[in-house]
Amino acid sequence: MDKVRRVISVIVANEAQVLARVSGLFAGRGYNIDSLTVAPIPGSNFSHMTIVTRGNRRVIEQIVKQLHKLIPTFKVIEHEEMVEKEMVLIKFSIESPIAEIQALCQAYNGNIVNAGPDMFIAMAADEASRIAHFIDAVERYQPVEIVRSGVVAMER
Amino acid sequence: MKMSGAQMVCEAIIAEGVDTVFGYPGGAIMNVYDEIYKQNAFRHILTRHEQAAVHAADGYARATGRVGVAMVTSGPGFTNAVTGLATAYMDSVPLVVISGQVPLSLIGTDGFQEVDAVGISRPCTKHNYLVHSIEDLPRILKEAFYIARSGRPGPVLVDIPKDITGEIGEFVYPEHVDLPTYKPRYKGNDRQIKKAVEAIVNAKKPLLYLGGGVVLSNAYESIRSLAEMGQIPAVETLMARGVMGAKNPLLIGMLGMHGSYAANMAMSETDLIIALGARFDDRVTGKLSEFARYADIIHVDIDPANIGKLVDVDYPIVGDVKTVVDKMLPMLEKKVDPDRYQVWRDILARYDELHPLTYNDCGDVIKPQWVIERLGQLLGEKAVITSDVGQHQMWAAQFYPFDRPRQWINSGGLGTMGYGFPAALGAQMGQPDKVVVNITGDGSILMNVQELVTAAENKLPVINVILNNHFLGMVRQWQTFFYDKRYSETDLSFQPDWKLLAEACGGAGYDVTTKEEFDAAMEAAIAGGKVTFVNVAVDRFENVLPMVPAGGALYNMLLEHKEQCDG
Repeated sequence: MDKVRRVISVIVANEAQVLARVSGLFAGRGYNIDSLTVAPIPGSNFSHMTIVTRGNRRVIEQIVKQLHKLIPTFKVIEHEEMVEKEMVLIKFSIESPIAEIQALCQAYNGNIVNAGPDMFIAMAADEASRIAHFIDAVERYQPVEIVRSGVVAMER
Repeated sequence: MKMSGAQMVCEAIIAEGVDTVFGYPGGAIMNVYDEIYKQNAFRHILTRHEQAAVHAADGYARATGRVGVAMVTSGPGFTNAVTGLATAYMDSVPLVVISGQVPLSLIGTDGFQEVDAVGISRPCTKHNYLVHSIEDLPRILKEAFYIARSGRPGPVLVDIPKDITGEIGEFVYPEHVDLPTYKPRYKGNDRQIKKAVEAIVNAKKPLLYLGGGVVLSNAYESIRSLAEMGQIPAVETLMARGVMGAKNPLLIGMLGMHGSYAANMAMSETDLIIALGARFDDRVTGKLSEFARYADIIHVDIDPANIGKLVDVDYPIVGDVKTVVDKMLPMLEKKVDPDRYQVWRDILARYDELHPLTYNDCGDVIKPQWVIERLGQLLGEKAVITSDVGQHQMWAAQFYPFDRPRQWINSGGLGTMGYGFPAALGAQMGQPDKVVVNITGDGSILMNVQELVTAAENKLPVINVILNNHFLGMVRQWQTFFYDKRYSETDLSFQPDWKLLAEACGGAGYDVTTKEEFDAAMEAAIAGGKVTFVNVAVDRFENVLPMVPAGGALYNMLLEHKEQCDG
């Protein structure tokens, strides 16, 4: 069976151990995690986790069911029609061509977000695959550091 | 009402109707033990090892259907309990285990007897709690019992820091549990149930595949009715022995790695598997690509994650087995035609005649299978049988005539050696009127042999029948078949004097080498009324057969007992 990429949202009680329960489930059952983000849902006792994973149909089905089986899990959404965004911060030397980089950033919903005497930091926010393109595109400016946020997603 | 956290623990145990707690005290749990000392609403059994305490609570739970409770201290007390938790988790046994923890202020400082109990037990409990505040304690205790027994049952750990058991707080034990994130589904989807019934009616070779979930769901009467109504043959897993009843003509036998020929062939040739509370374990299916190639599958399970995990299912039904089968019965009654499956039943009867479950009872040395058969004749439905893990476990499952569920208690999923004896103590506490026999081996029994003392102290007359082949028998069998007879570290010729060992701890012991001696020893053991070792010298090289080699197809079994009786 072919492996597919899946974005899964998990709504969990915002309580101690819950991240360990989820990450432990993936580690213990040998499931893959491409990225995992988590933050509280405003005005509630729940947190929203967005997990990007890969696996064949049976594995993805098991991941969804096993996540649901955790006692603090309220809801599991296997995204089909979604808006998906990831952010990246990239640091460059101040010698780099800032105008060119800024133009690239803007093509990927970003901008220059910080500048100092030696370095400046660019940001882009887009679909995960486009963020990968963006990172490829700025490779030739020899970035000093790259930090990706992991994916957040919302069903349309 | 104001009380200490330790009192709250006792009050919750009483409110849940628990009459027996198994445990072992220590520093971090002492506040609770102080309250246990002051009360007499429930009994506490002091085992001689924390692992045994959890197994005993587990045996109690399996024998009675109630939640078992065990209590241990922090650090090594808890880590000793982990095997017990994992055993109960794999077999879905409802347990609440209370562990002491170092005070909140010391957590994370590598304090004396500190270990991350919730971290370690996360993958082998249904759920676990570290109590952070006394305000949470009544709710957590209530939830722990509820989660342990509801849905697919399982063990729940409540880890309580010592300062919380010592602190005073307000205690109101909640009447209801409100967990928006945990809603087990019992009813089953009516449309799916209807479709499943149609499938049964239209099948030619339907087969009931019964698992441990049937026992947990107390569904055996409904399932016997279902089988009888359609005259549908049934196979049982290791965990479901006793569900159909040994005398039931519709029971084909146990299936799997050491299942009977007829049961494994039934599974290989059926056109409709009706899987009830079973989970398609690798020891049951053999090679998956060859498993039940001609069958559509109805799968009823309360745990959705079991459905479609290993095999594709045509009629998935998430729900409680008893509830779902009770819905099927009236629908089937109108439609099912038992004659339709007559050819199928005849085929299976022929398979059973061709290769019945058998052994060669010859020579001077007792055959282990004979011991089990004889036990069945002597005790039958009067006994509760526990076992350890290995050859003796398989022979017990194959040859004992189990008549009812909860009569057979063993570690199926985890396969824990050392389970049987402490589980027997728990079963005896739960079923004081039954004869409790632990069928064990000379390897397994030593893994919790200290419980002789617990049994003697509490006058629990558990009879341990040791099938003694001076080998770690099952591993030896694999070495014979698959490792060219290199018996690496499986020769257990150096042994204790079993009779003396039992006597030294306040029990009785009998060494048996003939069939007559076995009968006499069993009679004396039952009359003696105290914990007993019946040490039976059996054929050293007897193998458990049939056998499906690991990874092989279920229909490819090693079958024959080669040696023949002389004359």
